[in-house]
Amino acid sequence: MEDKKSIEIKYDHNLEEQKRPKVEVELEKGKKEVFNLEQLKSGGYIRQRQKDLFTVRLRCPGGRVPLEKLKKIAEVAPKYSKKDYVHISVRQSIEIPYVHYQDFAKLSEDLAKAGQKVASCGPRVRVPTACSGCEYNPNGLVDVQKLCQEIDQKYFGIQCNHKFKISLSGCPIDCFRTNEMDLGFQGAVEPLWDEDACTGCRICGYACKEGALTNDPQTGKPTIDISKCLYCADCIRACPTSSWKEGRKGLVVRIGGRHGRHPVNGSLIAVFLPENKMGEVIEKVIEWYNDRGKGRGRVRIGDLLMEKWQDFVNFIKPVLGEYALANSERPKFNKIHSFQTGWMPENPAIEA
Amino acid sequence: MDEKNPAAHLDLRGVVCPINFVKTKLKLEEMDTGQVLEVIIDAGEPIANVPRSIKEEGHKIIKVDKVEGHFRLLIEKVG
Repeated sequence: MEDKKSIEIKYDHNLEEQKRPKVEVELEKGKKEVFNLEQLKSGGYIRQRQKDLFTVRLRCPGGRVPLEKLKKIAEVAPKYSKKDYVHISVRQSIEIPYVHYQDFAKLSEDLAKAGQKVASCGPRVRVPTACSGCEYNPNGLVDVQKLCQEIDQKYFGIQCNHKFKISLSGCPIDCFRTNEMDLGFQGAVEPLWDEDACTGCRICGYACKEGALTNDPQTGKPTIDISKCLYCADCIRACPTSSWKEGRKGLVVRIGGRHGRHPVNGSLIAVFLPENKMGEVIEKVIEWYNDRGKGRGRVRIGDLLMEKWQDFVNFIKPVLGEYALANSERPKFNKIHSFQTGWMPENPAIEA
Repeated sequence: MDEKNPAAHLDLRGVVCPINFVKTKLKLEEMDTGQVLEVIIDAGEPIANVPRSIKEEGHKIIKVDKVEGHFRLLIEKVG
């Protein structure tokens, strides 16, 4: 992974960055290379306003930082940072600010003693983010921490046209905003009712926050309007007799979202995707993105999807199989600056 | 286990979440395995949350009755 990172830094293709002044930097001990300062961003070194100072972003997949690593970070940060704090990034990574570029090799060598790695920025698969998942969060339906570590191991750092952010939420509360990610996975469980076990206690009707469950006024037995169901499993957890049981369980998949100046709402393309199919979906999505993005420079997958939605659907349907959502729609801009009345998203030339 | 003669009673009408659950949990801790606790809780948020939490603690809800604006739960202590 480390070698791959240094290779990728050399080929970072943001043209504006080529004009910046170049410096010789030792990223690993005894291995000096010439970079321009903006290119270092790709390796997790983010240029600051202050001359020669950088913020070093650490790789903290899913925001889970083992205490041994945390202790090491606290120990080495004051040696190299000119400040007495770390910053927690919006994507769960610890960042050490005010580090001089001449200290990069020493800092990363010190962190490596506890197995702590430096993250990455730039046009590639970023460190994945995730909630605590089902392991101990009562609402969690899927072990997204486990899946997040798997994504980090297998896909972190893969080069793309632009940044590629993956996030996971354990349940439909979706704290990790999978609709705002280039690719997002969210846990979901289908409720199934076993009439024989039901005592008509009506608790499910009270537990359902979506109004999907109605209890018969006489018998108390529930009927479900599945069109209102979010697959959150509140009914299953509340049912005292286990009359509500788990049916299909898996991942809701969203694609093409982003935040930033002009946020895009990602598209929901699959429901109940089994966990063991997640890797294949990630690989195929990146394959499509890198292929259709050829010669397009810095373009997010959401922009390509708006333009080539039907092409994408045809490509991904065989991968998603029975889990594909029948009527998925292309990603849409989510206008948040309502005063900016003159701005119109460039109308993508929609390909048939 | 005696459904007709619960070993203990808690009237939690007007007690909000999660205090109603905490009181239920503390009461169950004082009791012996197999004994039954009768709890009265309000409709709305309490009935949506309390049974779920009791179940997650591993206890068994053996009966739920709706009585006017509130619910009567019979909980068997497990473990």
